[in-house]
Amino acid sequence: MAPHPHLLANHLVGMLGSALLLSAFANLAMRRLTSLVRIFALQGLLLTASTLAVAILSSETHLLFSALFTFIFKVVLLPTILFRLMNRLHIQGEVESLVNVPSTMVIGLGIVVFSFTLAAPISELASTVSKGLIGVGLASLLLSFLMMITRRKALTQLLGFLGMENALFFSAINATYGMPMVVELGVAFDVLVGTFVFGIFFFQIRETFESLDLKHMDSSSLE
Amino acid sequence: MFLLSILLSPLIGAFVMGFVGHTKAASRLNILFSFLTFGATFLLAWNVFANGPLVGLDEQLFADGFSAIFIVLTGGIGATTSLFSHRYMAIEKSRGHLTGEKQRLYLSLYQVFLLTMLVVLVSNNLGLLWVSLEGATLTTVLLVAWSRTPESVKAAWKYFILCGVGIAQALFGTILLYFASEKTLGPGGTALLWTHLAAVKHTLEPTVIGLAFVFFIVGYGTKVGLVPLHNWLPDAHAEGPAPISAVLSGLLLNVALYAILRIKVLADGSLHNPLTAHLLMGFGLLSVLLGSLSMWKRQDIKRLFAYSSIEHMGLATFAFGLGGPMGSFAGLLHMTAHSLIKSSIFFVVGHIVQTSGSQKIPEIRDVALRTPSLARALLIGGLAVTGIPPFAIFASEFLILSVAVRRAPWSLPLLLLAIIVTFGVLYFRIQEMNGESGRSLSFPNEKPKITFYPIWIHFGLAFLIGLFFTHELGRLYGLALHSIGLTNG
Repeated sequence: MAPHPHLLANHLVGMLGSALLLSAFANLAMRRLTSLVRIFALQGLLLTASTLAVAILSSETHLLFSALFTFIFKVVLLPTILFRLMNRLHIQGEVESLVNVPSTMVIGLGIVVFSFTLAAPISELASTVSKGLIGVGLASLLLSFLMMITRRKALTQLLGFLGMENALFFSAINATYGMPMVVELGVAFDVLVGTFVFGIFFFQIRETFESLDLKHMDSSSLE
Repeated sequence: MFLLSILLSPLIGAFVMGFVGHTKAASRLNILFSFLTFGATFLLAWNVFANGPLVGLDEQLFADGFSAIFIVLTGGIGATTSLFSHRYMAIEKSRGHLTGEKQRLYLSLYQVFLLTMLVVLVSNNLGLLWVSLEGATLTTVLLVAWSRTPESVKAAWKYFILCGVGIAQALFGTILLYFASEKTLGPGGTALLWTHLAAVKHTLEPTVIGLAFVFFIVGYGTKVGLVPLHNWLPDAHAEGPAPISAVLSGLLLNVALYAILRIKVLADGSLHNPLTAHLLMGFGLLSVLLGSLSMWKRQDIKRLFAYSSIEHMGLATFAFGLGGPMGSFAGLLHMTAHSLIKSSIFFVVGHIVQTSGSQKIPEIRDVALRTPSLARALLIGGLAVTGIPPFAIFASEFLILSVAVRRAPWSLPLLLLAIIVTFGVLYFRIQEMNGESGRSLSFPNEKPKITFYPIWIHFGLAFLIGLFFTHELGRLYGLALHSIGLTNG
């Protein structure tokens, strides 16, 4: 393929992709809940920027809407809801004691290598300008998954869930310039409803277990 | 128009329940709406079988024979469950477990749940299918947590997280599928429409489709309750209110497997290897084995039958993995029979838990003395679900075994072991519960009035299908399966 005219923008897309991957790793290591929500907002910003960059590179105008939509939804709306939720629940300052950050990181590295190997044949088939980044999307998906498994607090699990959705969105943008609009709207609607359901849950969990730490849930055994 | 009409009734129902769900008449209104939905689904299926597939709403909605079967099943069991739920909730109310507010939440979510499942079944767009299946998850999460006990909140949280993770994998599968189809169908709306995909399935890139199918089976398989992704299922079934356990087991698991089968048709067209068959057989067999062996030491009656659901969904999945006209027919028949019988068993179990005041098997005794008809229903349900002739599960299990003899003889001992273990465990457990405890009988609560006809409708249908209509149903199901290409292989 001939060198692309928008070399700078191309580099920019690559850089934003790496930043997203980095933020997924940061999620694994962060202990304070406020920093996690901030990282989530940052991820939203990175997604907006990379969607914009891909939109300009590929001159796909509908991606501009996606970018705007992402900005409103993931940079403004969801972080606001999350911060308000934390205020209401009085959990801003809470710190999670993490077990074994180094080994989680090593597993994370393994995940990245695995995702890139898995995504390599797909990237070759792709015709988008940012096809090299499909691996990044898959890796962030699995890293958020890892975060959900290793964390014990309800809110961190929610952030892992939202991180997964970010990664999926990123993959869709880079593999196919996004999904059809109706699907994207539907997914966003589900995520919003899901966040509200999570919110309802936090109050229920706190009411029943007097803590948002899921280890209290484990002690009330089912069978 | 037909397609929209089946969605209209639960949609309006959900709104109406949202406003008047706390009133006294609401439960009856819920029955009315559910039966309206059933009527509409029945007409739709009739129309589809008489005049061929329907497409509507800018091709976003679609129904063929295959989806019509599931649509009618969903409408029908939704309606009978609303009858059961009316009685069940009346008993809960008489014991002060039910406030108007809780009833409103329950009834409107019940309608939303039916709506989301029907949207899954009529959506032609695989992206919308994902959206509504996720919607069904969110609704049922709230329904499982409905009783607000610590156990139910915990079960719902587990369900939410596991299915949330699972369904994210399915979304990645959807992205991959779109990625592959966009090359042939062009970007935009049509590249995720099943009808268009089915027309070009042979040209889809096999590497991508193979990977997509793996993501799909892991994602939607979590909702089907396939082992090892089944962890949420027993908890959610045990802790949700009984009518919800009935529709979860009887309907939602089916709907998720339906989604996998739709994708399987596409993947089979693209791949020229038996990957999908092997995956379905593997997951299916594992679920059959683990589901039945886990029933061994269960102390909780609802959990016991939840594991039985895992076993039966595994059996249906395995049958579709075996493939061919007979294998697929057996799978579909098994899903139908299991829906009817298992939802009815949860009706019975719900009333047993209400009359004996406990969910733990060692504490449930004297059912036959206290409420003889419930004991009869439980015994018949146990016989029906373990595949005693002439109930329909006997026919489907017999078919599955006979296809397995030809196509995968190595699996036969494992399947037989699972079926025998299930039979033994259920038989002894039911004998224990129906039998006398020797304690002097006391009736702490006044004897609640129980409605039996939803229970007998289901068992009766399963009986009739098994005894008389296997042949007729076979013709209908064969046509439906053939038209979407599930009979190949």
